[in-house]
Amino acid sequence: MTALALRLRRGWRPGSAALLVGGVLTACLVGIALTSLVWTPEDPTRMRILQKLRGPLVSGWLGTDHLGRDVASMLMRGAFNSLTTAFAAVGLGAVLGTLAGVAAAAGPTFDAMLMRICDALFALPPILSAIMLGALLGPGALTAIVAIGVFMIPVFARVTRGAAMQIWAREYIMAARMAGKGTARITLEHVLPNIAGQVIVQVTIQLAMAILTEAGLSFLGLGLPPPAPTWGRMLAESQTYLTQAPHLALAPGLAIAAAVLGLNLLGDGLAARLDPRRRQAS
Amino acid sequence: MLAIRNLSVAFPGPEGPVRVVDDVSVEVGRGESLGIVGESGSGKSMLSLATIGLLPKSARTSGGILLEGRNILTMGEKELCGLRGRRIGMIFQEPMTALNPAMTAGQQIAEGIRLHHGTGRAEARAEALRLLDRVRIPDPARRIDSYPHEMSGGQRQRVGIAIALALKPDLLIADEPTTALDVTVQKEILDILDELVADLGLSLILISHDLGVIARSTDRTLVMCRGRAVEDGPTEAVLRNPTAQYTRDLIAALPRRARAGLGEPGLGEEARLAAGGTP
Amino acid sequence: MTALLEIENLTRDYALRGKGGAARSLRAVDDVSLDVEAGSIVAVVGESGCGKSTLARIVMALDRPTGGTVRLGGDDLFALTPKALARKRRDFQMVFQDPYGSLNPRHSVGRIVAEPLHLLDDAPRGRERAALVARALEDVGLPGSAAERFPHEFSGGQRQRIAIARALITHPKLLVADEAVSALDLSIQAQILRLILSLRDRHGLTVLFITHNLGVVDEIADRVGVMQAGRLVETGPVREVLDHPREDYTRTLLAAEPTLAVLGQRRRRA
Repeated sequence: MTALALRLRRGWRPGSAALLVGGVLTACLVGIALTSLVWTPEDPTRMRILQKLRGPLVSGWLGTDHLGRDVASMLMRGAFNSLTTAFAAVGLGAVLGTLAGVAAAAGPTFDAMLMRICDALFALPPILSAIMLGALLGPGALTAIVAIGVFMIPVFARVTRGAAMQIWAREYIMAARMAGKGTARITLEHVLPNIAGQVIVQVTIQLAMAILTEAGLSFLGLGLPPPAPTWGRMLAESQTYLTQAPHLALAPGLAIAAAVLGLNLLGDGLAARLDPRRRQAS
Repeated sequence: MLAIRNLSVAFPGPEGPVRVVDDVSVEVGRGESLGIVGESGSGKSMLSLATIGLLPKSARTSGGILLEGRNILTMGEKELCGLRGRRIGMIFQEPMTALNPAMTAGQQIAEGIRLHHGTGRAEARAEALRLLDRVRIPDPARRIDSYPHEMSGGQRQRVGIAIALALKPDLLIADEPTTALDVTVQKEILDILDELVADLGLSLILISHDLGVIARSTDRTLVMCRGRAVEDGPTEAVLRNPTAQYTRDLIAALPRRARAGLGEPGLGEEARLAAGGTP
Repeated sequence: MTALLEIENLTRDYALRGKGGAARSLRAVDDVSLDVEAGSIVAVVGESGCGKSTLARIVMALDRPTGGTVRLGGDDLFALTPKALARKRRDFQMVFQDPYGSLNPRHSVGRIVAEPLHLLDDAPRGRERAALVARALEDVGLPGSAAERFPHEFSGGQRQRIAIARALITHPKLLVADEAVSALDLSIQAQILRLILSLRDRHGLTVLFITHNLGVVDEIADRVGVMQAGRLVETGPVREVLDHPREDYTRTLLAAEPTLAVLGQRRRRA
């Protein structure tokens, strides 16, 4: 065996393929989203009615839509809009959910109450609660973020609660109690660092989920208001021209699929890498 | 009946293959019980997994494991399946994880019987009941319908033994069968194993880290250390007159009480002698 | 000699949620009284579920008794205010069974060993603290440089030494060891027992040693209490209890213990 093969073999741990493909896809996505802030081929909101519904490479890389806007530019800016909404929503859900989860794991008093609240939140599907919130707040980024984020709180609460409870059963927690440390301090010093990996994995998986939900909300007209381009609205607007200009549906559709696939693979790869059982085996 | 010849098992590691079993040879005769003793990492469990063809896929083996002349290492999966259960029965350390939590004791014992012999449901159940009686489960008629979580550790291990016996194997392999159990329960389980060897003429391979258990239940002993066989012979000879330094160290590490039978007076006997009592 | 630890009529009930909501309770510890003299090693031996670990948890004030008292150096642990109890904790520490589960894998050994210093108001910081940790590690037979490494770099026996160093860093009067050698290989087990004995001799440590293994009791303890189903059925000096047991249960335990005394009997039996 050559030295290179040996090194590859040593570096090739569980989830490596998923981690690589997912990481590259996600990095591309974030890169494109950030690039769109400083440069896009065209202004994504500029309409050129005379050049409407041109095919890919005829006008711009990916053609134009029914108002003559450049699809590639819209897709890039849409990536930024989708990602910011998704990140904000998952951030909201992850922070509040993790707090709830570790609090529930720390003591039975909180546990019953928090878990019942989570059950109630779980009963609200994000699309429905977004429609209700939209009626209250009007459509917009905030509506999408709150609707998706609130839906994610129980998801994170459950994952962290289960993981934290396992940590609480460890003997080193008992040793920390013997050292006179209180619940909050033990949570901070022992529980959170040991469940961080699982929370990070959940974040990537829920980001994919959030991008999908955000697209659904924009499709229904509950996301960012026009003219800001979003993937969901691009899909919605493409419906009328599906036979004439299928690229209008394909471009955002493939973008959503790639983003979700990338984040899911990244999550799976991280999960495999961080799973203590598999880590011990390697 | 079982002969292990120059068996080596290795796993690919980052710095080349790691040998977990290294050139081990040992034999078990019919009706004989062989003890394999060693500390963690000695390779004793890998040896037993190799014997029933359950080594992880990445394992590389050399040498041979001959069951009445046929090499287990070169058998295909289909042949191995016919071997496991029918010729060789396996008893595991943790009966809770070795049993299916969703099936009753009777169903699990009967499963193998029906699968291998094609016997009917009622007949298999009757056989399961007989086996539960054989391993001296109290009130077998009731226990046959119990689920694993409804039983104590000792009862679960008895069910484990009944499953291993169901297909009437010639060889039983018990890997630390009593390590998870209390001493009083351990004694009962070892009694049952002794009885099976004596009454049914079974061969037994008993793997344990506990020299007391080995001394009690085996005719011959193989001492393993880091994959190598350091010593083997009749149990009494190995433990009374060990030739290998490693065996001597193992015996020296025993608590005085456990060592007491070796002739040198334990502290307790010294105290009694000093007090003028009879030893 | 006076008793450092006095356990008096200790009882602990656990509520069980029975079928149909019927309230049942399980008496895990039943009217246990036990004195531990300063500087002695007292073992509590029993089979799983006999209540010995519950007893240890209560003595460590990690759990509250249903009835009875635990006095350490004359103070009733459960009559102390939370603040006074926290101050008292420097006097009693614990070593656990699982050397893999009792050390936080993400903390350095130095941080792990120093954790109980949290109990001291005047705990040293910086270089002084590091020197204290290094001394504690050397005291249990590890190099002081181990402080910079992480638990996974150590074997089970070394980890148990780290756990003992942690327990002793506040110079407690009482050490409770709950099955502290049960998970270890025999040769390592003997080393850890010798370490505990030498720590007792060097520091005058008092030890409550919880175990299921009579051989270990014989090696380490001055006195022993035999527990069965929550009750302490027999107590006395080790020699007396192990050589002349008064209770049937003690005799059963002794008879079940596998020893080399059976060598040669097998052939006669066959």
